[in-house]
Amino acid sequence: MSGRLRWRKFVSGFMLTMTGVCAVVAVAVLFFILGYLVYHGGTSISWSFFTKLPTPVGEAGGGMANAIVGSAKLLLVASLIGVPVGFFGAIYLAEFSGGTVAFVVRYAADLLNGVPSIVIGIFAYSLVVLPFKHFSTLAGGFALGLMMIPITLRSTEEFLLAVPRPLREGAMALGASKWRTIATVIVPAAYRGILTAVLLAFARVAGETAPLLFTAFGNRFWSPGWNQPTASLPVMIFTYAIAPYDDWHRQAWAAGLVLLALILIINIVARAILARGIAIPRS
Amino acid sequence: MATTTTVPGASPISGSRSLLSRLREGDEIARLITFLFAASVVVVTLLLVFELWQGSALPRHKFGFNFFVTRVWDPIFDQFGALPFIYGTLVTAGVALFLAVPLGIGAAIFLAELAPARVSDTLEFFIDLLAAVPSVIYGLLGVFIVVPLMREYIQPGLKNSLGFLPFFTGPAYGLGFLTAGIVLAIMVIPYIISVSREVLLSVPRDQREAALSLGSTRWEATWKVVVPFARTGIMGSIFLALARSLGETMAVTMVIGNTPTISASLFSPGDSIASVIANQFTEATGDLYLQSLIELGLVLFLLTFILNGLARLLIVATSQRGSGMGQA
Repeated sequence: MSGRLRWRKFVSGFMLTMTGVCAVVAVAVLFFILGYLVYHGGTSISWSFFTKLPTPVGEAGGGMANAIVGSAKLLLVASLIGVPVGFFGAIYLAEFSGGTVAFVVRYAADLLNGVPSIVIGIFAYSLVVLPFKHFSTLAGGFALGLMMIPITLRSTEEFLLAVPRPLREGAMALGASKWRTIATVIVPAAYRGILTAVLLAFARVAGETAPLLFTAFGNRFWSPGWNQPTASLPVMIFTYAIAPYDDWHRQAWAAGLVLLALILIINIVARAILARGIAIPRS
Repeated sequence: MATTTTVPGASPISGSRSLLSRLREGDEIARLITFLFAASVVVVTLLLVFELWQGSALPRHKFGFNFFVTRVWDPIFDQFGALPFIYGTLVTAGVALFLAVPLGIGAAIFLAELAPARVSDTLEFFIDLLAAVPSVIYGLLGVFIVVPLMREYIQPGLKNSLGFLPFFTGPAYGLGFLTAGIVLAIMVIPYIISVSREVLLSVPRDQREAALSLGSTRWEATWKVVVPFARTGIMGSIFLALARSLGETMAVTMVIGNTPTISASLFSPGDSIASVIANQFTEATGDLYLQSLIELGLVLFLLTFILNGLARLLIVATSQRGSGMGQA
């Protein structure tokens, strides 16, 4: 073996090992984050975290019950906006639309998907907060709902398109009208994919903080109804982490653990649903 | 538009008959309803652009182009210049890409070329989970882990070894451009890996086999044939990561230091477009102040709009080239 060949083989082996190291480092970050959150969050979390209101600075104890309920309400509003628009919009794109309209809708959705979340916050502020003159659950939910639309829309469309043609043609041949075909054949065939798309969109916005800063704002107490400022888990993590109190830091870790666990579980469940499914998206 | 889909005015009689029957069966109604939902996506997007444009009218008229080149940001005297924030945004994103691109592409090469399918898919699953971690969590870890590490070890270390460079001078606060860049890098690596891996996997097999049969080593086949073939797609993944890091708010706001500065030193605390909006929007008094922040939002929107568009073009171009060559 000549020296040159040996050198080339060495370079090959070395560089390929380095790529492996890169992959290991990248994945290790996930376990590092998980480990750190479980360690710090686990020691700070307690039953009162889920049941009590935040206490004033300096007073030990307290929890984030209002933020947990606030997040749930925000996500409910978001889903009520994001899921129908995404779902029915996707049906239009996959089943009814011609070329130009579909192109424009897809383009708008991709554009919306790329808008930085803080800009979505500004938009929701000028569209909902200013006219109502209130920071509110509605405004925050609207901002999150906007972010759900493009994710739900584009993946639902892919899953609908992946339903095999013969299935459609079979239904049509039996004399079903188009909307009956969609409602009784196509959507049921793609339901796993659609469910996955909705869950992933939900998980994505569950951790969003920036659009809530000046729409839902924050609240140290319960937020009655839908037109009041409300606390939410992500914003609480932000405010508590940058505050100078040790007590608050512990609460921030606990909230981080709860939020991350929720999001990762939804992600894993969504992927598990899809893995056992029949519809496979076209890439 | 809705009316043209339901009532095509000048259609012949046979057409309107079938329209009537379609109407009876509910198809046209279903079409109309779903169309309204789809159209609302377009309306909302247009409205967003309109609101940003309309909402920033005052500073656009008052400062004009000077808004982008002035470095004074003084709410008391109503002077607003965006230069420090634009600088901070670009510097943090630059640091992030400098760190994330080699690591991300290296990992993508491993996943696409080297790892057995099972291992590759498992690791990709973890990478996807990593991409799902919300940015405020990265911020939390940044504040409590990265910042102390930077202050105690990394910044003094860099100062001792590379202190002759202007980038590594000044006091080590922990907070600052470098820290924000590092946290951003950790955040965008999963995006680079996922997209680059897809693109690399779409490179036709015969490209690899041809290179190997000509006697190249495995690395040479990868680096000189496969990677150049996927080059545009990989560029796309980098643009995507760039767009993400420019628009990222929480993680940056929590570790950048939040003082509008322009300094060559990466140790210096700074501010970015997104972080200044996040910090000052709710306390902005006066229309000019608020609208200047909205104009910053407009700038951010335009930047990410252009980058995302480019990224999509590049990624689509590569995957089409890949599949086209594969069939040939």
